[in-house]
Amino acid sequence: MDRRQVLRNISLITGAAFVGGEMFLQTGCKPANNAITGVTSVSPKDFDLLNEIGEAIIPTTNTPGAKAANVAQFMSDLVNDCYSEKDRKIFIEGLADIQSSFQSKNKKSFAEATREEKIAFLMEKDNEAKEVNKANQEKAKEERTTHYFTMLKQLTILGYFNSEIGATQTLRYVAVPGRYEGDVPYKKGDRAWAT
Amino acid sequence: MQDTLYFNSKAKTKHTFDAIVVGSGVSGGWAAKELTEKGLNVLMIERGPKYEHVKDYKTVSNDPWDSKYGTETTQQQKEDYPVIHRGWAANQVVMDAWTNEKDSPYTEIKPFTWWRSYRMGGRSLLWGRQSYRLSEMDFEANAKEGVGIDWPIRYADIAPWYDHVEKFVGISGSKEGLSQLPDGQFQPPFPLNIVEKEIAKKIKGHYNSNRHLFVGRVANITQDLPGRGKCQYRARCWEGCPYGGYFSTQSSTLPAAMATGKLTIVTDAIVKEVIYDKESKKAKGVEVLDTVDNMTYEFYSNVVFLCASTLNSTWILMNSATDVYADGLGSSSGELGHNVMDHHYNLGASGTIEGFDDYYTYGRRPTGFYIPRFANIGSDKRDYLRGFGYQGAASRQGWQRDVAELAIGTDLKEFLTEPGNWTIGATGFGEVLPHHDNKIMLDKRYYDASGNVVTDATKGKQKTDKWGLPILAADAELRENELKMRKDIVNDLKEMWEAAGVKDVKTRDTGHALGHGIHEMGTARMGRDPKTSVLNAYNQVWDAPNVFVTDGSGMVSSGCQNPSLTYMALTARAANYAVEQLKKQNL
Repeated sequence: MDRRQVLRNISLITGAAFVGGEMFLQTGCKPANNAITGVTSVSPKDFDLLNEIGEAIIPTTNTPGAKAANVAQFMSDLVNDCYSEKDRKIFIEGLADIQSSFQSKNKKSFAEATREEKIAFLMEKDNEAKEVNKANQEKAKEERTTHYFTMLKQLTILGYFNSEIGATQTLRYVAVPGRYEGDVPYKKGDRAWAT
Repeated sequence: MQDTLYFNSKAKTKHTFDAIVVGSGVSGGWAAKELTEKGLNVLMIERGPKYEHVKDYKTVSNDPWDSKYGTETTQQQKEDYPVIHRGWAANQVVMDAWTNEKDSPYTEIKPFTWWRSYRMGGRSLLWGRQSYRLSEMDFEANAKEGVGIDWPIRYADIAPWYDHVEKFVGISGSKEGLSQLPDGQFQPPFPLNIVEKEIAKKIKGHYNSNRHLFVGRVANITQDLPGRGKCQYRARCWEGCPYGGYFSTQSSTLPAAMATGKLTIVTDAIVKEVIYDKESKKAKGVEVLDTVDNMTYEFYSNVVFLCASTLNSTWILMNSATDVYADGLGSSSGELGHNVMDHHYNLGASGTIEGFDDYYTYGRRPTGFYIPRFANIGSDKRDYLRGFGYQGAASRQGWQRDVAELAIGTDLKEFLTEPGNWTIGATGFGEVLPHHDNKIMLDKRYYDASGNVVTDATKGKQKTDKWGLPILAADAELRENELKMRKDIVNDLKEMWEAAGVKDVKTRDTGHALGHGIHEMGTARMGRDPKTSVLNAYNQVWDAPNVFVTDGSGMVSSGCQNPSLTYMALTARAANYAVEQLKKQNL
């Protein structure tokens, strides 16, 4: 068992503990009953929205973005099967909030908006999430809250860089390296290893 | 019980063997190899299912995108494996390896984190592979300091056996000439990276050559061994290695034992007890519960090696010979189940390193660096006993690094497309002193329907596992010596990092429940006197000399070095002794 893997996994990405992953780490408490009562799950009808949000977070540049990597599938799998009921509720209500608050702000649906409008809107949500994460740093663990956009950002980054597109086209991936070199010359712009 | 590929189909009719080995992990594999190679017909009994080399390593050819949940675990897994989810090993790619905690519960009178893998090969497939010798200082410490009891052996007794196992296992490492961490029979070491080399140099300079940082000695091979290919730098060892690049029962000891034609294996069979013969005061064999058909079988042998893992070997002893010894075979000393130890960790320090932006790494090294013990050595006196080592690594941050400040979009993507800063971090591993009151026992209490302890059988019932067998209760905790040491583990590392020029050093100490170090040991300690120990100097149970316990149970003190290599050496030594004694008809 490689204890160093932990160090890689814990400081995930967004200034917040990885949602779904930390629940039992410190407390060892019993999980909440997972009977899904009153909380719906993410379904394929949400995939377009999730991929659009993902694409705003990790866009197509000279390599394909989150939509091409279909991060919606990964988001859906994680939220439905790995999130606690409480976190899943936050996530699903967040998707509803994105659509309704976009509608009332822009007088059209999120789906009909241009990519620029979507990005501008999601930038605001990102800022809201950052404020929440910042405030959490001052709070006791049990009083911390999670903004749904933190979840979306984490899931997009995780899903994208774990995808074949993210790992092999945007990053570099070698399944069987065969050797270790600890002093390879690096120049700015060289891509990072996926694993 | 299932017949495995290795299973001699005569086993159910031919129930008598020269030796029985209980367990198939690091120790059991070694016992089977040594005993069969010395000519004995051996039955190995594994409580879990069979698990075949390469064929059963199901995720081994997967790429990251083949795992539906990445490394995350599902809510169902979190419910089924709550103990494993306290630590870092709750990773989707290895969840099938862990023992179902509902089927095999245990009681925590005080928090005790027990990581179990019940299948062929046990934790030899999952282990961290760090391999260090104990030193003379470690074997002498109890006697010198008046802690616990004296080890019945010294370094010279075990040194040839370290040599013996290291050559076969394939330990890569560098010779450092340190008395507190003896050198061994090493394959060429893995390299340190450029940053680690620099930090090592600075630490050496700052501390007058009294502190050392070198590459971790690890049971991953850098040169081919018979039947095994060298490490290919995938660093996915715990999924099983298709090349046999690291030591496991499956890659190493099992093929050797099979090659003798003298090994029979039974899986899916829990050894309930050692069958004890009052007349001869020896074991006749073992009684097993078949987990598939729930039938009980008996197997007979001249010697029994208990290698069922630290707490489980003791559990077997506690259930054995109870008509003679109420608290089980080996309990006449009053020490069976006592003196449970571990290494305490979950603490350390990390920071960033500047000036190496022009360097990166290639490949995934299966080890990091090691900083051996320096506390309470020479003039370095502390206000507690013993000491600690560190394990860690320096690397450039990857795409999982914190991007809290970044917005979304192209900048974020491009930022994560490049490696981040060089960082360095390490975790301390501290020695835990043996303490009589740190103990395990059979949980004989009665519980009512809501799980509260009640007075007697009229008000509730005893807890059992899925097969109706008694379960263990753990009642152990870190004590003053360890708690004092933890402060130094964190502060000393911070000081070393800062002395070596590491910036923005952050410390952590998240507390440690015993067991969490996965180095649980003790509970059937070796010793010189049957009044104060369970095993003698050759790991024989004083009260039944043809029963050997050669896993971590026999440890008299814990050192701070990763212990598996010592279990291997003790097992090989005991097996050699057992065969000698059989030849002399002393057993």
